[in-house]
Amino acid sequence: MTMMGSPLIPSERIELDALTAAVQERFRAAVSPSRRDHGAALCMLMNESGALPALCRFLFWDMGCSFGGVIVEELSRNWQLSYVFLAAGSGWINVILELPLGANSVPSISAEVHAADWFEREAEDLFGLQFEGHPRLGDFILHDQIWPEGVAPHRKPQRKSVDVHQTHFRRRPNPEWRPLLVVQDPGSFAMPVGPVYEGGIGESLHFMLETVGEDVLRAVPRLFYKFRAVEKIAEGKSVSDVLLLAERFAATSSFAHSLAFSLAVERICDLEVPVRATHLRVLLAELERLRHHTGAITGICESTALAVAASQAAIVEEQLLRASCQFAGHRYLFGLNTPGGVRRDFANEDFTDLVTAVDHAVEDLRVLEDRLRFTSSFLDRLEDVGVVDPDKARDLNLVGPVGRASGRGHDLRRECPYGGYDKYEFEIPREVEGDGYARLRLLFREAYESAGLIHQAIQRLQPGPVFAPCEIHSSGVALGWAEAPIGATLHWVRLDDSGRVERYRAITPSFNNWLGFHAAVEDFAFQDFPIILATFGLSATECDR
Amino acid sequence: MSFWFWHGLKKGVRTTRYPRGRESAWGVSPGRPVTTEFGSSEDASRAAANCPVDAIIARDSSACVELERCIYCQRCHFGSSHVLEWKPDYEWTMVAAGREKYEPLPDAYRRSLHVIVVDAGDCGACLHEVKQLNNPLYNMHRLGFFFTATPRTADVLLVVGPVSENMRVPLLKTYEAMPDPKRVLAVGTCAITGGVFGRTFMSAGGVASVLPVDLEVPGDPPPPLAVLHGLLVVTGRKPPVPRDSLLERSL
Repeated sequence: MTMMGSPLIPSERIELDALTAAVQERFRAAVSPSRRDHGAALCMLMNESGALPALCRFLFWDMGCSFGGVIVEELSRNWQLSYVFLAAGSGWINVILELPLGANSVPSISAEVHAADWFEREAEDLFGLQFEGHPRLGDFILHDQIWPEGVAPHRKPQRKSVDVHQTHFRRRPNPEWRPLLVVQDPGSFAMPVGPVYEGGIGESLHFMLETVGEDVLRAVPRLFYKFRAVEKIAEGKSVSDVLLLAERFAATSSFAHSLAFSLAVERICDLEVPVRATHLRVLLAELERLRHHTGAITGICESTALAVAASQAAIVEEQLLRASCQFAGHRYLFGLNTPGGVRRDFANEDFTDLVTAVDHAVEDLRVLEDRLRFTSSFLDRLEDVGVVDPDKARDLNLVGPVGRASGRGHDLRRECPYGGYDKYEFEIPREVEGDGYARLRLLFREAYESAGLIHQAIQRLQPGPVFAPCEIHSSGVALGWAEAPIGATLHWVRLDDSGRVERYRAITPSFNNWLGFHAAVEDFAFQDFPIILATFGLSATECDR
Repeated sequence: MSFWFWHGLKKGVRTTRYPRGRESAWGVSPGRPVTTEFGSSEDASRAAANCPVDAIIARDSSACVELERCIYCQRCHFGSSHVLEWKPDYEWTMVAAGREKYEPLPDAYRRSLHVIVVDAGDCGACLHEVKQLNNPLYNMHRLGFFFTATPRTADVLLVVGPVSENMRVPLLKTYEAMPDPKRVLAVGTCAITGGVFGRTFMSAGGVASVLPVDLEVPGDPPPPLAVLHGLLVVTGRKPPVPRDSLLERSL
């Protein structure tokens, strides 16, 4: 595979007109561009499904677009698969493939765009679609030792096999089940880690570490232990009920997800959010980012067993949780966002208290960073550990702080502004080393930027309403997006005629980055594994949904 | 490297006084909605209709709260004409539904309790709050409570999350691997009733449908002090809160 364009060049604006012309010249009759407006700047309808892999390859590698994800929908008459790409500075490109419901074979694009691998595996497990040419399907979300073959739980009730509210799959695991591939060389062995592990407090996920004693040769992740079928149970619910789900499937970035969901609904209803609400949303989203990054820094200090630093970072984190609770009534900012704005206003003295707490936190973080920079035993464990070089980060489409530590300039607040971020001044920090230390430095720098954004948001606040009543009666489909603390998140919402949710799909940054995690752990020493895990700072619940 | 030593010393002791005294710092707990008198049964039923998870029940002219179903959507806290009173406390641990009373662990466990935490599909909030117990502000080691990595040395199984189908077997295996006597503590609304995830093909709708649960800590998420209270109840150092008091008529 040829790699076009150096990944180190800051993401340049991709002009859509030029891109459309180039696509038409190359693919002619296979693709017909259309401008359907649902949040995407450009839509393309595939006329020949066979041309899909080549088109995706062209967009990703030749035109330099980032990959957003694959959204599968079973509509009343056909399958609709949306392949979402991001053209930096111009917006989202949506490549739509429509297939008759009888067809269950789709050309796989994973060989061209590696980042699509897990999206296709997920669609195969949940919808029963076969991706032709995909090297490894099955045993992904529905673990093979529990789930029988042929179950496709996300298909529509009249055509599929599972009653969502039935629990009749509660069966005993198959004792005969074995992992597909386990290392077989003399002297080598596989070490299973998880799902219950990590000193007792860790998220449920599993890794098969293949090793020859000291070096990890391969790390095969197995996630989705926490899969709760959020997207399936959202179907048929009202928007206000799905909002609760969007807020609660990943609590450590709940505000970002509820924001992306709200933006999608607002786009469908064509709703203008009051100015004061947009600033409040920026403030709360940045408060969440600051708290999340402090938590990630705590995790890194803990993983290196630097007890005093971990304790001090944990104190800062807890103070931010308390400040959030005092300010907004909830430590994880639940119950604030809603389509149409935010659900409550704040008094001036609330902001004063919040700013004091944020400034204290930043001050403490700066002291901490200064000390950590001179702690050689700590740096030894981070530098040159868990390296993801820029080429690999581009190949695996890493997002968020992890991607930005490996030279990617991917930040939706800048590349595809939403919710008023285009009016704010802030820097998107970048590092190119791609090791654990680069990721740590990036977390600190982003935390400071977030604190600056909180100050800016408060300065911009003008009296006014914070909520525009939102009557949801229109049907429609839209994309909402936000830069969650872990990276870019995309929420696809389709409402039916009565305003109920017909399809909800949340593409999360952790899902994207878990796919790339293996690149960082391979060929590293065993004891580095928890450190690399901590520097990635990923969330299993956000990935699993 | 000695600067870490001084850095730590300079910060002083930051640990909470709880359980010796009350913790009164702002923001340690979001509090909880409590039974509120509305004056008319119409208003009370409007307040109840405002709740998306039926945690508010209208009884005559007052709205009663069932905390074990509350998901903290805050719709009864602000942004509505029918707001409930909120009480800023954190001692919420109660005996699990369907149990007469709780039998604490023997005295030998009072100051040496090993806890294994299993994440059975939690959204990350409860787990994160449990994790906070290790930070210096709560420092549960001073009370003799420790997290352990293996069920073989664990006395308490602390479960967060509604029990997803893929985690059901690991959870059962963890429980079976624990030596007797053992207790099960369900932490968070999801672990008690399934919360927003409910009872579906992928969620068991609470730990009690898989394991015998001894104590419940409601809240979404329960703040660290509420979890600490739960562990104190496990050892018998604090009494559980009577179930009725979380459905109290007047305060």
